Amino acid sequence: MGFKFQGFDFIQFDSLLSEDERLIRDQTRGFIEQNLIPIIEQCNREGRFPRELVRPMGELGFYGATLDGYGCSGISNVEYGLLTQELERGDSGIRSFVSVQSALVMYPIYAFGSEKQKEFWLPKLATGEKLGCFGLTEPDFGSNPGGMRTRARRDRDGYLLNGEKMWITSGSVADVAVIWAKLEDEEAEIRGFLVETDRPGFSATDIHGKWSLRASVTSGLSLQDVRIPAESILPTSGGLKSPLMCLSQARYGISWGAIGAAMSCYDAALQYAQQRKQFRNQPIASHQLVQEKLAWMLTEITKGQLLALQVGRLKDRGKAQFQHISMAKRNNVWMALECARMARDILGATGITDDYPVMRHMMNLESVKTYEGTHDIHTLILGQSATGISAF
Amino acid sequence: MKILVCIKQVPQKDAPLKLNEAGTWIREDVSYEVNEPDAYALEEALRQKEKHGGEVVVITAGPTRSQQVLREALAKGADRAIHLEDDRFGALESTNTARAIAAAIEGEKFDLVVTGLQSDDYGAAQTGVLLAEILGWPHATIIIGIEKTDSGVHLKRELEAGHYQFIDMPLPAVLTIQSGINKLRYATLIGIKQAKMKPMRKVSYGEVEAKLSKNLQRIERLYVPVKQKKTEMLEGTPPEVAKKLVEHLRNTVRVI
Ligand SMILES: Cc1cc2nc3c(=O)[nH]c(=O)nc-3n(C[C@H](O)[C@H](O)[C@H](O)COP(=O)(O)OP(=O)(O)OC[C@H]3O[C@@H](n4cnc5c(N)ncnc54)[C@H](O)[C@@H]3O)c2cc1C
Repeated sequence: MGFKFQGFDFIQFDSLLSEDERLIRDQTRGFIEQNLIPIIEQCNREGRFPRELVRPMGELGFYGATLDGYGCSGISNVEYGLLTQELERGDSGIRSFVSVQSALVMYPIYAFGSEKQKEFWLPKLATGEKLGCFGLTEPDFGSNPGGMRTRARRDRDGYLLNGEKMWITSGSVADVAVIWAKLEDEEAEIRGFLVETDRPGFSATDIHGKWSLRASVTSGLSLQDVRIPAESILPTSGGLKSPLMCLSQARYGISWGAIGAAMSCYDAALQYAQQRKQFRNQPIASHQLVQEKLAWMLTEITKGQLLALQVGRLKDRGKAQFQHISMAKRNNVWMALECARMARDILGATGITDDYPVMRHMMNLESVKTYEGTHDIHTLILGQSATGISAF
Repeated sequence: MKILVCIKQVPQKDAPLKLNEAGTWIREDVSYEVNEPDAYALEEALRQKEKHGGEVVVITAGPTRSQQVLREALAKGADRAIHLEDDRFGALESTNTARAIAAAIEGEKFDLVVTGLQSDDYGAAQTGVLLAEILGWPHATIIIGIEKTDSGVHLKRELEAGHYQFIDMPLPAVLTIQSGINKLRYATLIGIKQAKMKPMRKVSYGEVEAKLSKNLQRIERLYVPVKQKKTEMLEGTPPEVAKKLVEHLRNTVRVI
């Protein structure tokens, strides 16, 4: 069975962190080690979301952790990054759940919501008493959400929502959905709406047959004449840039999360290579070709840490721009996926089983590479930032 | 109850260790954590406070980096901290550590002092017991259960081979706590943020130096056990060989 995680710090990265940052990282690592690691392989096999961890994570303050007030913890962006790193060292599915609850549900309520919406929803979402989901993607609009077909029509003293959302994390377990829809008027502007999932006309159907993020729920949402009161609109949301601001939050977390998955793969590969013997009773770690892989992972993870940390420091100073976050998300998820593949290689046949976390991370990371802006979409964002020319 | 918890920062349990160049200790570029039995001692103190009220104070003696264990304790709910802060505190033997702690808490009136049973690095299991001697208080070791009574505390001690001892003790007293006595909590994020606002008193080496004496113990050399393959032929008649083999397995290899 798998090895106990030994930590990862090659260039005294920890010395760049404050006491609080290290403490948050270590406490989260302990929580995940004790509560998620023992059950995650079974959850992954069964395709089960470990719902029993929702409230304990809420008690520790993991949801909406960067927000101030309303029962939220008010931690910094670097602290939040280290938190997501540790969650994803456990499993990308659990990190996805926390990312969605925090960056895609609580953040838009905090940023675009009315005082009444904030006071009602944020404390309940912070404890995990209520869960949320974020509905932007549609069956025909993924990388290009601006083309969405979901519509909100003014109706009596509220709105009538119609449309289909697809690939929605936590869709069927959510109590509230942040639905992005175009208002049916001349401007057809994209607006955000808080839709309680028990409203007539709203339904969520889980997507089955996933080979990735099996410990997280992914659903399709259908909205058929869902009637919501006028106060359900997020008052200051307006245009595609509103959901993109949420995605920026989430992408930032992912750029750290991917490091966690990569550390887990590297750690498993290193310990395995030191123990597994082939040819003249020597550990496979003694072969140059194996060492080359380990050295690559060690270097790339370290570079990824520095990239994420710098973007986090910028973010804490209010200086991070979306293209910085794109670079961190794009590089670190790619890097983590490469690490997972190399680690799988080093583990040989054992690598394809769930005795070790490597193949699970690899399959999870395929989703992480696609969601929150695919790898190539981030390439286009960086390209546009560098050249000033849009190539979408 | 006013409770003092002695906490030590030790190298992380699963971290790969490397020896320093002099071969007298490990290299410092390792990750550190709260000594495990001390974490249980803290948890027990917090639980006693939650049941009976009072105050939990945490103390450590060590270099600047060891402040981390106090922060963690404050984040989990301790009320204030005392840091004997100096690189030299890290090099003290148990007797002197106990003397330094006793000097730092002079004038405070604790009902109970708890420490971990032993530290995961040196493993001497002495500091708590010696501290009791210096304070002139009774002590009990390897505690796996504490119940407050009218006259003091009712304790459960772990003995060998699955046996337990139950004892009653007056307060104030020093107890050394065994790992596993309770279930550890994690610090909440809000707790971590609020810990910064809690008082932390620093005690310099100079303030307690007069109470210390020369270390009587010194580590000469530390080394990784060398693996050796040795074949020994046992000679004699079959019954003699069998006898020698059993003796060997029992006394030298100690597997039966
Ligand atoms: C497990 C999982 C959970 C998800 N959770 C959520 C959620 O909670 N909420 C939500 O709203 N969405 C969610 N998504 C959806 C996700 O954000 C989309 O899958 C993503 O935006 C990509 O859209 P798509 O899958 O339709 O791919 P497409 O947009 O069809 O892209 C397919 C391929 O074409 C490429 N491509 C597209 N356009 C261009 C271009 N202009 N130039 C070059 N290449 C291009 C892409 O890079 C990609 O390689 C989730 C997805 C997954 C897999």
